[in-house]
Amino acid sequence: MTTFLQFLVYGVQLGSVYALLALGYSMVYGIVRMINMAHGDFLMIGALSAIFIAMGFSGFMVDGRYPFYIVLAIILSAMILTGLLGVLVEKIAYKPLRDRPRMSSLITAVGVSMFLQNFPRALPFIGPQPRPFPQLFPLIQFRLGGVVVTSTQIILIVVSIILMISLDAIVQKTKFGAQIRAVSFDKDASLLMGIDTNRVISYTFLIGAVLAAASGIFYASIYPQVDVYMGSWLGTKSFIAAVIGGIGSIRGAILGGFILGITEILATSINSNLGYGIGFVILIVILLIKPAGILGKTEIDKV
Amino acid sequence: MKNKLNSILPPVVLVLIYFLIQLLLSKKILNPYHIQILMFACVNIMLTVSLNIVNGFTGQFCIGHAGFMSLGAYGSAIITTMLFGGMKMDPNLRIPVFLLSLLVGGILAAIVGFLIGLPTLKIKGDYLAIVTLAFGEIVRSTLRLIEPIGAARGMIGIPKITNLAWMFFFVMITLYITRNFVYSRYGRASIAIRDNEIAADAMGINTTRYKVIAFVFAAFIAGVAGGLYAHLMTFIQPDSFSFVKSNELLVYLYAGGSGSITGSVLGALVLTIIPEALRFLGNLTNWRIVIYAVILVLIMLYKPSGLFGGKEISFLRINRDSFRKPFNKFNDPKLADKQNS
Repeated sequence: MTTFLQFLVYGVQLGSVYALLALGYSMVYGIVRMINMAHGDFLMIGALSAIFIAMGFSGFMVDGRYPFYIVLAIILSAMILTGLLGVLVEKIAYKPLRDRPRMSSLITAVGVSMFLQNFPRALPFIGPQPRPFPQLFPLIQFRLGGVVVTSTQIILIVVSIILMISLDAIVQKTKFGAQIRAVSFDKDASLLMGIDTNRVISYTFLIGAVLAAASGIFYASIYPQVDVYMGSWLGTKSFIAAVIGGIGSIRGAILGGFILGITEILATSINSNLGYGIGFVILIVILLIKPAGILGKTEIDKV
Repeated sequence: MKNKLNSILPPVVLVLIYFLIQLLLSKKILNPYHIQILMFACVNIMLTVSLNIVNGFTGQFCIGHAGFMSLGAYGSAIITTMLFGGMKMDPNLRIPVFLLSLLVGGILAAIVGFLIGLPTLKIKGDYLAIVTLAFGEIVRSTLRLIEPIGAARGMIGIPKITNLAWMFFFVMITLYITRNFVYSRYGRASIAIRDNEIAADAMGINTTRYKVIAFVFAAFIAGVAGGLYAHLMTFIQPDSFSFVKSNELLVYLYAGGSGSITGSVLGALVLTIIPEALRFLGNLTNWRIVIYAVILVLIMLYKPSGLFGGKEISFLRINRDSFRKPFNKFNDPKLADKQNS
């Protein structure tokens, strides 16, 4: 029982990383009906830029660790940097293809993903080898009836949940959220209603990339190694999480992220390869029962 | 008369190319490394052409094609290496066993292709794409679990039987049967499904049946290509058939132009050779994938229908008016957009 609870803690922690990344997939898909294959790489860019920003701030270290406000500054600037990159990628590579067959933007996304992975790899000061991630969060262990919980885990889970709740509130309650929902419902009609769809799409990419950067920093804080390829397989899994929950649905992405994170950790405790495959099995089973995911809406073909 | 010439000419041209390559090889203009690249390009051609049947002609999205390839590779490698002793095989048995193993690999992939095709009844569009992605990854993680075939370490000691002549032979066969498939009743039904599934259904086409047939056919070719790959590399491991490989094939297909057999051939050929050709960059070699990625994005931005979208060289085209019209309509980017949106 204690072991199960311990794994559950790890599962929730991994699940929150998946959920944050899945949100980006889900929002982008909801708004432009496009699978952004390069989204996972924003995670890697976020983690990498955090490393370099942290290096730049190393003069502010007190007793070998960063004070609270510097950590906040590092995370925020890495998030903003990645967010701007997300907007840039959308403007350069995806916008011209918006009215083209959907497969061309998928292939472009594969190209962008290759670029984002191999450009840092080719830069001499980054290179292909994994680099350590600085310890940003304090590491104090708590024991709750046999289950060990670190302060890093608590911070990660709480901050992720705050980010998710605030995103859900923005989309459901604010005027800007209403615009996002309108564009994802019908792009042409919302353009006629006076919504600046280009701006809404840019902001969606911004939000997606910002959340991806956050999940990258969180993931690197748990498993403190960053290399240029980490985004590709984390991205695939988060994408699966988004589909399990129902792609296009924000609450679905969060639900899918946690389901995948928890089952993956539990299955990995049995066999590491089982842990990798289990997510895909869950995906197929769920799609066969509910073809649009758990919380997704089935679209009806119109003649 | 012209049609007859068209069907005789290509094998003749291919044989001439083969002898030209042998000549260049004996004059030391080409080296075995170039031949190796060319054979990889041939494997990729077979895979891309088979992917084109599902994605380009039937309008389904398969993004886990490497899964079929891995089944074929493992299936045939098990036959030659584990049942017939691999390197120690009787030389007289080599070729028959090789062909048998390719057949078995193809059939294994086709059976799984049938199983993947079945959910198309219920799952459509992007979701089907995701199911195929999941399928590919499930195959890979299952192969990683099976200890007798080397688990994650992979299989070694597969006899090297594939050579350029075999490769050309199988590419030729693939192109022939794919062309005949596309212009047959099955192909016409598939194209109808691609252009408008509801209309095709209303016209009495059993859409699920034809979609499953397309998957089985494509999976079979991919399985054979996988078998050829295994006997070319002499070493296979589950991770060579990950979603990265599937993405590569999608890139070849769409950069070359989907719905065009010529496009698949040239896309696979050119894009396999470019990264190797960029090796002249020497110590800037890390940049070659960056350049490759930029070229890919530029192709998609300035020619979204691919380099050969909808066009065919004459051998791969049957001159009949009933075919020309829908193809010309599909070539029109404005109309093609409407169909895909």
